[in-house]
Amino acid sequence: MDTDEVLGIVLLLRDVLARRLFVEYQHDKDLLNAILDAYEPAANRIAVTVGVSFVEERERVIREQQEAIRELSTPVLQVRERLLILPIIGMLDAQRARQLTEQLLSEIQSSRAKVVVIDITGVATIDVAVADHIVQTVEAARLMGASAIITGLSSKIAQTLVDLGVDLSMMNTVGDLQGGLEEAERLLGVLPPAEPTER
Amino acid sequence: MPHRVAILAQDHNLIAAIQSDLSDSEVLELRDDLAERIGRRRVRGIVVDVTALDVIDSFVARALREIAVLARLRGAETIIVGIQPDVAIAMVQFKLNLTPLRTALDLDEALGLLECAR
Repeated sequence: MDTDEVLGIVLLLRDVLARRLFVEYQHDKDLLNAILDAYEPAANRIAVTVGVSFVEERERVIREQQEAIRELSTPVLQVRERLLILPIIGMLDAQRARQLTEQLLSEIQSSRAKVVVIDITGVATIDVAVADHIVQTVEAARLMGASAIITGLSSKIAQTLVDLGVDLSMMNTVGDLQGGLEEAERLLGVLPPAEPTER
Repeated sequence: MPHRVAILAQDHNLIAAIQSDLSDSEVLELRDDLAERIGRRRVRGIVVDVTALDVIDSFVARALREIAVLARLRGAETIIVGIQPDVAIAMVQFKLNLTPLRTALDLDEALGLLECAR
């Protein structure tokens, strides 16, 4: 049943009852007034309760969907044994960036990933906070023993990063996702290099 | 030797498994203990397992770096394993640096790395 149908029935019921009261007590104006004084607030409260509960239910559904969209929007995909891809698409705000980091790190732990390819082809713009966050994610992944490769930096984003002066010296960046995967497979395929990997 | 750290010898490696959060003095004890043991049996690799640590503060991070440097000077490679996701995030946010240290996901991984480095 739709919201307007239910609300219509509630309001109709209120009117029908009110009319019935008029008919019943029209000879005694004082009594009618007293009854209506009690009746109207009660009837209104019922109507409000019904209306509000519909709105609340709808808001709850919206919240759940937002949550679901947020989770779906940052999938961590396993491409092969010990290799994860994290495609980032759309806007990155602080909350999403944090959630992304947490998800990636727990995935690294559970799938024993050794290399992570973070693809930001789908990110239109980037600011200092987000750039910082990506750097932090890479560093945190390294602390857990996984190396991260960033791919898909558009020329605009590269320009922005240079302008912002974000230090990307410790990040392993490759032009596109294909190149990133090749680099990742090289890291996985050949035995790990003997010299320390950083810098 | 600190009670909260089990130091196991395997082949030419030492494995220090930290069992619970350590006090500052216990961390230093661990450092000195490891440094001393390296010489005793021609150790080539040290693996420090920090899986049980809920927090790695600047003091512990510094001690771990010192272990790596000490070990390096005595001819052994150090690898830290088992940093938890939350700990990693916190460390990055507080800008704690483990730079000379190598990290690995778990013991298996670390022993593999040491094997290859040989």
